[in-house]
Amino acid sequence: MESPCLRAGYRHWVKEMSLKLTEEDRAQLAGERGEANRLAMSVIVRMANVSGAETLMDIVGAHIDSTVFQGDATMEFAERLASHGAKVAVPSSLNVSGVDEHGWRDWATPPEYAQKAHRQMIAYQSMGTEATWTCAPYQTAFRPKFGEQIAWGESNAIAFANSVIGARSERYPDLMDVCAAITGRVPAIGLHLTENRAGQVLFRLVDVPRRIQEDDSFYPVLGHLIGRVAQERIPVVEGIEVAPAEDQLKALCAAVASSGAVALMHLVGITPEAPTTEAAFQNKQPQQTVTVTMDDLRQARRELTTADGAKLDMVVLGSPHFSLAEFKKLAPLLVGKRRHSDVQFLVTSSRLMNNLAEQAGYIEPLREFGGKITVDTCILTTPMLHPEIKTLMTNSAKYAYYSPGLLSTQVMFGRLEDCVQSAVEGCVIRDESLWQE
Amino acid sequence: MARIIEGKPLVAGAAKGSALKTDEPLSFWGGYDQWTGEIIDRRHPLSGQNAKGKILVVPASRGSSTTTAVLLEAIRNGNAPAAIVVSCVDRFFALASIVADEMYQRPLPVIALTDEDFATVKTGEHIEISADGQLRIESGS
Repeated sequence: MESPCLRAGYRHWVKEMSLKLTEEDRAQLAGERGEANRLAMSVIVRMANVSGAETLMDIVGAHIDSTVFQGDATMEFAERLASHGAKVAVPSSLNVSGVDEHGWRDWATPPEYAQKAHRQMIAYQSMGTEATWTCAPYQTAFRPKFGEQIAWGESNAIAFANSVIGARSERYPDLMDVCAAITGRVPAIGLHLTENRAGQVLFRLVDVPRRIQEDDSFYPVLGHLIGRVAQERIPVVEGIEVAPAEDQLKALCAAVASSGAVALMHLVGITPEAPTTEAAFQNKQPQQTVTVTMDDLRQARRELTTADGAKLDMVVLGSPHFSLAEFKKLAPLLVGKRRHSDVQFLVTSSRLMNNLAEQAGYIEPLREFGGKITVDTCILTTPMLHPEIKTLMTNSAKYAYYSPGLLSTQVMFGRLEDCVQSAVEGCVIRDESLWQE
Repeated sequence: MARIIEGKPLVAGAAKGSALKTDEPLSFWGGYDQWTGEIIDRRHPLSGQNAKGKILVVPASRGSSTTTAVLLEAIRNGNAPAAIVVSCVDRFFALASIVADEMYQRPLPVIALTDEDFATVKTGEHIEISADGQLRIESGS
């Protein structure tokens, strides 16, 4: 049901539309609350009819991914809403934009592109939203609470909110999340409803040692494997024996939502809707059971690398956006070192985390090292990289998954320590001792 | 001889064109060039084909939720398919079309077929879609 494709719903196609609207819904639809609300409610109602929803429901928050700049149409959509005085009805954070508002001139971003992406930023900021400009809104004051009904865009954020926090969001596509924010209403379908949150595929870890489970690199690798197999279904994972840190869960969620379209996963004994395997499946039977061995994980780890390791142009960290805890972990690795002149070193993060890290003294070592920070956006959502950047190294499964296709680069996946070491040496260095057979 | 298939319009509208058919779902983000209509997902069976002005017959969208924004751009730029025929209730394609209707009064017809009907459609057939969701299909000569 979290899929855009409601395959099981064929019989619903032929039944008469039965959407019940409240008086307030109808007032918005009729234009009595202004043109922006009419447009937004029209989109919500038409989507509810497409989905076979019987009612709309209230949300208490939104995260707007429509901020991602795709061209004139996304800009005109934002400006149309803004020109009619659109205001969000619920607290709303903003996902990454198409440009680092103050830093884009340091990169290859074409000025015309930056100007239009900036116009789109201004439009979304005018709607009473908070200018968070981050793909990790769950690490800001906009972090939702267990059980809250929300409308979030951005795949990694949806997976984190549903899985780690137990808030409830469908997978909202770009252009719809902002309509939900303006109207405060969404179709009552999918992951908003308890019965659609049951697990579907069981993943059972077999003989995966604690030293692997404690390492940061385990989580992007596991997520990549699970997403590839689960696709749009709801995975349940048994056998994680450690208590993963928040940023490890963040890496896991970003990975499953890249190789797959996973919007919710349950980790038995860890995530709030999975105290037991039976609870995670709501006492239903798994559609499929998959065992995960060290061999499977090594294979998944190999899939995250396309480069041969001969050359390295840039190390890039921070998808999802780097957190304060990640800056804290990075800083001591950089002290007293300097990147090789042939290798750029970039961290993508939010203004908030950048400011906090600066105050905590974690940015100074990064600067001394020769590293740079980009905020508001990331390498996948703005054309900032010079074409001579052909090979990347990263500890992020999301960067590793998308950069070959979207940026036509080769990519090397490695641990944080390896990324730093490689930037220093000017060539790929990977400590294989943890992962070798 | 033409044959008739009754489809379910997710977003209604009339269209006609040559069918471009695939059994693999397609993400428009990283998969569809909004400036040309070319399928650019190099792992997709339709890679290198151009869907502009065609009836794109694809089971569903896949992956990224930015598919909606890319399809909206393609509609605005005149590089979208003439219609999309799917085998399920694809909300992402439907959303892009609904927003195109609201913004530019240019809805893209999105028609859902049963799996059985979907299986009968072939690349190169001429399809005429009517506003009530009926497909009139003529085999290419």
